[in-house]
Amino acid sequence: MLNIPCPYCGPRDETEFHYGAGANIFYPEPASATDEEWSKFVFIRENPKGWHAERWVHSAGCRRWFNVWRNTITHEFGPTYKPFTDQPKRPA
Amino acid sequence: MATTTRRRTVELPEHPDFLWTARVTPKKVYDVIIIGGGGHGLSTAYYLAKNHGITNIAVLEKGWLAGGNMARNTTVIRSNYLWDESAGIYEHSLKLWENLEEEVGYEMFFSQRGVMSLAHSVSDLRAKSRNYHANKINDIDSEWLTPEQVKEIAPIVNINPDVRYPVLGATYQPRGGIAKHDWVAWGYAKAAADMGVDIIQGCEVTGFDIREGKVHGVKTNLGPIAAQKVGMVAAGHSSVLANLAGFDIPIQSRPLQALVSELLEQVHNTVIMSGMVHVYVSQAHKGELVMGAGTDAFNSYAQRGGFHVIEHQLAAAIELFPIFERAHLLRTWGGIVDISPDASPIIGRTPVDNLFINTGWGTGGFKATPASGWTMAHTIATGEPHELNAAFNLERFVTGHLIDEHGAAGVAH
Ligand SMILES: Cc1cc2nc3c(=O)[nH]c(=O)nc-3n(C[C@H](O)[C@H](O)[C@H](O)COP(=O)(O)OP(=O)(O)OC[C@H]3O[C@@H](n4cnc5c(N)ncnc54)[C@H](O)[C@@H]3O)c2cc1C
Ligand SMILES: [Zn+2]
Repeated sequence: MLNIPCPYCGPRDETEFHYGAGANIFYPEPASATDEEWSKFVFIRENPKGWHAERWVHSAGCRRWFNVWRNTITHEFGPTYKPFTDQPKRPA
Repeated sequence: MATTTRRRTVELPEHPDFLWTARVTPKKVYDVIIIGGGGHGLSTAYYLAKNHGITNIAVLEKGWLAGGNMARNTTVIRSNYLWDESAGIYEHSLKLWENLEEEVGYEMFFSQRGVMSLAHSVSDLRAKSRNYHANKINDIDSEWLTPEQVKEIAPIVNINPDVRYPVLGATYQPRGGIAKHDWVAWGYAKAAADMGVDIIQGCEVTGFDIREGKVHGVKTNLGPIAAQKVGMVAAGHSSVLANLAGFDIPIQSRPLQALVSELLEQVHNTVIMSGMVHVYVSQAHKGELVMGAGTDAFNSYAQRGGFHVIEHQLAAAIELFPIFERAHLLRTWGGIVDISPDASPIIGRTPVDNLFINTGWGTGGFKATPASGWTMAHTIATGEPHELNAAFNLERFVTGHLIDEHGAAGVAH
């Protein structure tokens, strides 16, 4: 089980959280977006082998969403940050 | 089980030392390179040789043969999916299974012991009955079972109405069943190698030679290899390869776990799935109970999952099968599966000419090993999809013609 660093509550068990998949997905311009742009928005998410910027919500705790870097090979967590704020650099 | 006998109920034959000649150094040039030596890569190579007469093929595998999901799955085989497109490809697969051991000349322990899918709520009943009727229309063998009929076929199921998720009915596909996954890989590998296919293990593709929108070969840890055509059949690593080739695919890689018990007397002679309580069980030829659960929630390439997922699955198993209560867990493991948005595969062309992709089988591609290879081989050989995989293209995520199998794909397969 992952040990997830909630920026508000500290490290807690994974079972207190829900996963929100990749971070930094922006809604396209509704009036002008092409089918390709909609497709990208709806279906395409990064799937890197290594560091991944993703969202979690601490459902059984403070109930707040946050973004975090996590390594998909080692499951190690990097820095957390608030949604739609400047993303910290991808950890080395 | 209270008293466990460790009797081997089926003796497996001994293996020969080598099934094919291992080629360590790849040739400089091939007609076709297949990336990935799992079931689907091997079956693609086999049908390219068998159906299309193309034998100058290399299957490049970064690890060892079938070390990915192929020898980690729980081997459930069935074809009772919801939509016509799925019925087409999965039923073709089941028909190929029915003759496969004879065709490739290798034992695979294919056993048509039936696959049952339980319903536990009113909405579950409705969804399953819709599926049952859809299967009927598509000429796929399908039966509707009452709880009592469930009990007749599988006496160990608890059909007591007083449990949290009572058994209210089930669909049953008698032609469904299991096979021995590693033997399937070896059978395809041997038959392909006998026709001249090179199987190269320990060879990782690290890049592509793409010029003017067309692939001309791959870069590997063993040096560059040229090819007229390249097929990516890399399951959980498909996104990594697609990104190396310069395009995105709608795939997420997630851990999927399974487990086996110690060897027990044969008590369970069919396959039972329950999507609602999240467990499925068969009993292998040697006697171990084989169970699987859902995926872990997050993206991962670590080939392992969380123990709480196993815990959840075993809680469900014990309510459904009280007889399992005292059984010991022998082993758990995980594989990394390629989850697509509509729980259906992607088999077809890519934005790069002569580069083809086969991915998105997620939690349920073992059953499709024959048809996946069959249609992929056709697509690579002719440059056009076979009618059975035409709908499973990458473009459907732009056109919106999804093939939503979340219901029928069930728990995990
Ligand atoms: C626990 C579990 C249970 C499952 N249960 C079922 C089931 O009951 N029924 C069912 O139908 N399906 C089931 N599945 C799904 C099924 O196993 C997969 O859909 C199927 O095996 C995928 O195709 P494959 O065999 O080709 O994949 P894999 O065996 O994963 O093959 C892909 C290969 O590509 C190689 N590769 C990746 N990147 C590179 C590279 N860059 N260079 C060279 N090689 C590379 C990998 O090493 C790997 O060997 C299950 C899966 C898991 C994990
Ligand atoms: Zn919190």
